[in-house]
Amino acid sequence: MEFFLISLMHGISFGLLLFMLSSGLTLILSMMGVLNFAHASFYMLGAYFAYQVSHYVGFWPALIIAPLIVAALGAAVERFGLRRVHKYGHVPELLFTFGLAFLIEEIVHIIWGRAPVDYQIPAALDFTLFKIYSTSFPAYKGFMMLISLLMMVGLWLMITRTRIGLIIQASITHPQMVEALGHNVTRVFMLVFGVGCGLAGLAGVIGGNAFVTEPSMAATLGGIVFVVIVLGGLGSLTGAFIASLLVGIIQTFSIAVDASFLDVLAKIGIALQPGSQLHNFFSIKISQTANVLPFLLMVLMLIVRPRGIMGTRES
Amino acid sequence: MSAVPQIPAQNLAIRWGTWIVPAILVALLPLFFKSGFAINALNEIGIMIIFALSYNMLLGQSGMLSFGHAVYSGIGAYIAIHALNLIGKGSFSFPVTLVPLIGGLAGMLCGVILGYVSTKRAGTTFAMISMGIGEMVAACSLMFPAFFGGEAGISSNRMTTPGWFGITYGPSVEVYYLIAAWMLLAVLAMYALTHTPLGRMMNAVRDNPERAEFVGYNPQRVRYLAMILAGFFAGIAGGLSAINYEIVTAEAVGAVRSGNVLVMAFIGGMGQFFGPIIGAVLMVFLGLTLSGITKAWLFYFGLLFLSMVLFAPGGLSGLIMLHQPIWRAKLMSRIAPSYVAALLAGLVAFSGVIGLVELTYRRLAEADHKMKFFGMVVDAEQPLGWIAALILLAVGAWLCKMAWAKVSDAWRDITLQLQGGKKA
Repeated sequence: MEFFLISLMHGISFGLLLFMLSSGLTLILSMMGVLNFAHASFYMLGAYFAYQVSHYVGFWPALIIAPLIVAALGAAVERFGLRRVHKYGHVPELLFTFGLAFLIEEIVHIIWGRAPVDYQIPAALDFTLFKIYSTSFPAYKGFMMLISLLMMVGLWLMITRTRIGLIIQASITHPQMVEALGHNVTRVFMLVFGVGCGLAGLAGVIGGNAFVTEPSMAATLGGIVFVVIVLGGLGSLTGAFIASLLVGIIQTFSIAVDASFLDVLAKIGIALQPGSQLHNFFSIKISQTANVLPFLLMVLMLIVRPRGIMGTRES
Repeated sequence: MSAVPQIPAQNLAIRWGTWIVPAILVALLPLFFKSGFAINALNEIGIMIIFALSYNMLLGQSGMLSFGHAVYSGIGAYIAIHALNLIGKGSFSFPVTLVPLIGGLAGMLCGVILGYVSTKRAGTTFAMISMGIGEMVAACSLMFPAFFGGEAGISSNRMTTPGWFGITYGPSVEVYYLIAAWMLLAVLAMYALTHTPLGRMMNAVRDNPERAEFVGYNPQRVRYLAMILAGFFAGIAGGLSAINYEIVTAEAVGAVRSGNVLVMAFIGGMGQFFGPIIGAVLMVFLGLTLSGITKAWLFYFGLLFLSMVLFAPGGLSGLIMLHQPIWRAKLMSRIAPSYVAALLAGLVAFSGVIGLVELTYRRLAEADHKMKFFGMVVDAEQPLGWIAALILLAVGAWLCKMAWAKVSDAWRDITLQLQGGKKA
């Protein structure tokens, strides 16, 4: 029970972090039809900027400043890069964001080196929030959940309750009509791209010190975020939310389980001959499969239900 | 590309010449490049040509952007190296010359299994799924050390049995000819494929899947077939690399290799059949030379790729084809001066970029802050180098703008003349 509750809490906090990334990606995808390959790179930039800014002025200003810089960068990328390649079609757009992800990683190599940087959680949040039986739950994880939930509510209010949100919703389905009504849709695109990247940056600020801030963090998380939006159904924010939590919880649980498939089989009464091929195959630990599980889930989902959990369209 | 029923004798000569002349050239290359380094580079180029062309069957010909093509060549390489080991143990009798075929069949099988899932969709979704599958296989490679060999990989020895005609594949020149022969065969086969009905349907599915469906073809099925065939040729490339390096590590299925082949195919140009060949030759050459000169070489790769996406989405071969009508009309002399000017301006700007990148690298990532730059010693701690680089960049950018105006002037001029010539 203790293990279950604590893993669930960690899983939810990781899932919410995933949603900060996947929500921006989903918004950009459903609006502009662009799959931003560099999305996780903006997450990484958020972490590195926060490390650098907090080095000078501390964590709290960095929490605001770093996402703003990332958002501005994102908007600039849309304005001077994506908009240029948009006329060539979808494949060049994808290639552009792919190249951008590559370039950002190399720039990080050049500026901050290949080793992880020492980006730590602030001392003010470095205490135990509460204890479940004997396992403590760190306050910083609680803080991460709080920020993600605040962001979620903020995003939801912005999309459903404000004028700009209305225009964004309309631009997803009827861009020409919105343009005809006198709104600058291209500027709305730039804004959404910037905000989406900024959200990824914010996730980087609070995720970079909870995990490790290193050049490979973008590639590690990038794949999982793609899994999330495929699972949730392309373009669906609700689906992305459910899938984020699902993937977050599944991955946290599988990392924490220290048993092999042999043990599982033994529990249900199947004992395999030691030394046989099957025995070798099933002797891998469940925690070892943690990195494969999300992708396996995606492939299974594509076979069983190609449009994802909440998706409405096939492609 | 268009199939004309009756071909004049002169065109026929050109058609055969385009195959025979490169083949002779490939056969003669080791006579000029004798060093081990050069032969190894040529081997790598040959493997990459097959790999990049197989990739372009997906991207260029069928419009499927794959981010996980290394899976097919990597699995091919693993199966091939296991086959080599079995041959070495004597439990499996098979000529080493044909081992790449085993790799190809393994890659094909991967295409049959994994392609079934991924080719259900096209476009962006396919790109994501291909990446997911790539990540999955890469993650698996550390889970099953018996097959993937863990961190160390699987190594082997290609000199197993006395092969045909006393060829043992001991010296790397013999491996070169093996790779060259397989490469020519594969290139020929892939070129022939573009002229088959399947090849044409691949293009149709790329351009307009809906219309292809109305004509009576299932786009999903055409994509699936393209994936299987691309997997086959990628597997051949993998099998050759297993023989060439005698070791296969988890990197063979990794995302970096998938990215590499994409960059090669794209920079060479996905719109022409020969594009990826140019890309493979250029990128392997650049990779080998640049990595010795600067540690930031991957950054320059990224920069080159991104500027190609932005300014020349047709790749190098696209640029070549763009100039074909001008070349035919013998008007190159009109446009060449503006190109030279643009090139010089670009060099000035680029040297500024190089200066900034290398100075940043020295300043932040290296212990030794001094560096050599065109024979001068520049200290990254001092402002002088930075100012010089910034000036170079600014002046270069300004010159580029001027030169670009000249280039577009010349283009407008020539376009008018070409159109006028047609009317007359």
